[in-house]
Amino acid sequence: MNRIMLSHGGGGLESQELIHGLIIKHFSNPILNNLEDAAVINVSGRLAFTTDSFTVTPIFFRGGDIGKLSVAGTINDLAVMGARPLYLSVSFIIEEGFLIDDLEQIIVSMKSEIDKSGVQIITGDTKVVPKNAVDKIFINTSGIGEIVYEGLSCKNLKVDDIIIVSGTVGDHGACILAQREGITLQTSLSSDCNSIWSMVNILIESGVRIIAMRDPTRGGLSAVLNEWATASNVEIEIMEKAVPIKPEVFGICELLGLDSHNFACEGRMIVAVNKDDGDRTIEILKTHPLGKDASIIGSVTSKEKSRVILTSDYGAKRIMELSAGELLPRIC
Amino acid sequence: MVNIDYLKDFRNSERILTLSKLIKRDCARPINIMEICGGHTHTIMKYGLHTLIPNNINFIHGPGCPVCIMPKERIDHAITLAQDEHNIIVTLGDLIRVPSSNSSLQKERARGKNIKIVYSPFDTISIAQQNPDKNIIFIAIGFETTTPMTASLIERVLRDDIKNVYFHINHVLVPPPVMAIMDGAKINAFIGPSHVSVIAGAKIYQGFVDIYKTPVVVSGFEPIDVLDGVYRIVRQFRQGRCEVEIQYKRAVTWDGNIVAQRMIDKYLEIRDTFRWRGIGDIPKSGYRIRDEFAFLDAEKVFSDIFIINEPIDDHKLCICGDILRGIKKPFDCKSFGKSCVPQNPLGACMVSNEGSCSAYYRYRTVS
Amino acid sequence: MCLAIPSKIIEITKDNRAICDTLGMRKEILLDLMNEPLNIGDYVLIHVGYVIAILNEKEAIETLKMYDDILKLSDG
Repeated sequence: MNRIMLSHGGGGLESQELIHGLIIKHFSNPILNNLEDAAVINVSGRLAFTTDSFTVTPIFFRGGDIGKLSVAGTINDLAVMGARPLYLSVSFIIEEGFLIDDLEQIIVSMKSEIDKSGVQIITGDTKVVPKNAVDKIFINTSGIGEIVYEGLSCKNLKVDDIIIVSGTVGDHGACILAQREGITLQTSLSSDCNSIWSMVNILIESGVRIIAMRDPTRGGLSAVLNEWATASNVEIEIMEKAVPIKPEVFGICELLGLDSHNFACEGRMIVAVNKDDGDRTIEILKTHPLGKDASIIGSVTSKEKSRVILTSDYGAKRIMELSAGELLPRIC
Repeated sequence: MVNIDYLKDFRNSERILTLSKLIKRDCARPINIMEICGGHTHTIMKYGLHTLIPNNINFIHGPGCPVCIMPKERIDHAITLAQDEHNIIVTLGDLIRVPSSNSSLQKERARGKNIKIVYSPFDTISIAQQNPDKNIIFIAIGFETTTPMTASLIERVLRDDIKNVYFHINHVLVPPPVMAIMDGAKINAFIGPSHVSVIAGAKIYQGFVDIYKTPVVVSGFEPIDVLDGVYRIVRQFRQGRCEVEIQYKRAVTWDGNIVAQRMIDKYLEIRDTFRWRGIGDIPKSGYRIRDEFAFLDAEKVFSDIFIINEPIDDHKLCICGDILRGIKKPFDCKSFGKSCVPQNPLGACMVSNEGSCSAYYRYRTVS
Repeated sequence: MCLAIPSKIIEITKDNRAICDTLGMRKEILLDLMNEPLNIGDYVLIHVGYVIAILNEKEAIETLKMYDDILKLSDG
């Protein structure tokens, strides 16, 4: 049988085959292998807890797949809270008829991704729904991490804090858009989908005083910066030329009349540090493979107004707006 | 050997600042410049060009947004057609958000109606081939730039004997609405559209010089092109000239793209009149399918399901009409940025990414 | 008025089409509105999937040269 059937979610024989044949086979660890109704763990200290659901289409894209995304996304949410990611739960909702080989590919991808951060998947669930009840596969992951860096908050930005991005912006959003139905482009652009915990860890261990951190997923750079500006009631100024962007992402923005600062990234972080730590932060990030394009892109300039300003290199200033509505190509 | 970067070289900061200085140095009188095209409004706002010119030059935004000027009644046509499950409505991006009398194509799509957005009119053919039992109705919008593509699509449909594609034509022309608003708005000069002119040629603006003694500089899209356009207008005034001038020489010629013009002419002809949202009926301002191809014309083939073409008023607070006519600016509208925002537009100028209000909102300048 | 992007012709294919490259994004576009011969390496303007013009490199160079002359004059 090469396709997922409704019986695979029924709790009976076929479910057990699926659990042992795919899930235990790839995710095996002592807690998961107990296959109890709930995982029992020992964690001390303050915890971070997060959840996210993943519905990306296409499910396989250049640079990753929905599995890698579901793991990296939740690990990154923990990492930017200053938490070492420890455990994940995974919940699959699968459309009847989904290819088992595709499911295995997704699971292998998830395993490869959790190993990068030393994370274990310790509990989960699988449901199978009739054809068309979901679009192929949806995944939810929830994660627990132990706080190893206290004091991060989007409310703590102050004048002169430096804003840094760890790499090129918009790669994931542009890659997905390019593969979306109706916009057939051949490109070598890859999603930046990656777990950033190991990069966050070296920054934490360096002793640099970090004010706030975020991974710019849906809504991109502008969503994070606008959230910080509002939460801290500050004005943030970004130098347009300083924002690193791949030529292919620039190209798709030109082609479709869109702004790269609204595109999602899935393997980047935006970090605010004290004014004296800017150069040191860049130095540290650049030692990590995911941080080689790290750049200072701006700073907090005022407490008078809460807004984000984009400044061109000839001095024109405009508001960096949150995107609204779906990303429609501009034509005429 | 090409050593030009057609984007970066025309966005170069040094050149931008130099042109800005020249304009400030040489502009001796107030000039109201209308940039006809929504794309130019976009460039002006995105690059902050209005902050780089002297106070005595005023940009007036023109009606060059074909999505903005689509009247509600014609959106209602598309929505009515979408109600029939045998029909698939196909259109280019922006149109689906335009409010009709009580809905929009986007809302109808969310309600499960068969509405598809394409990047190119040509994509309609594969939709037709994948759905041979459905009627594929292409809602064609756009100025002269986009009209030849619809004509080319008609040609391919006929050539390949595709039986299930129909066209709802809403293509419009640039000169008639601009002439219609000339008296109301005090326009001293025009920045002529870039790509309308690539297709139709700079010749189509001679009427502005002959009839209204108003110079036109056809400019490209990049910030340097627009500033150069402004500079050439300033220079025409200094030198006492009044001409159609081409700034965008790398793409625009006097005669334009003859192949495209012939393609349009083969399948389409100019209508007696077309209704423009906010402006009203303008004679000879839009296209329709020629009678010999009436079997492709959705307005004829599906005429029994259309209600009468009564004009439907815009929202009471909406001053889009005045904005499209160049009499008011987005900031003059009480709803701008408050009850009328891109995610909840009251009027056409906020709907389309080419509309003035949308450009002003998206690229709000820091005062 | 409508978005049209300068792109480079990479390949001429069948049925009156070509592959164009815009900063790494490759797309198949239609040549139905052109009857001038197109060469690999030409820069063209594309609008909604169709080529509408070949960019005149000579005019572009002259335009840029004019700006650069102005720049030199205004510096001096």
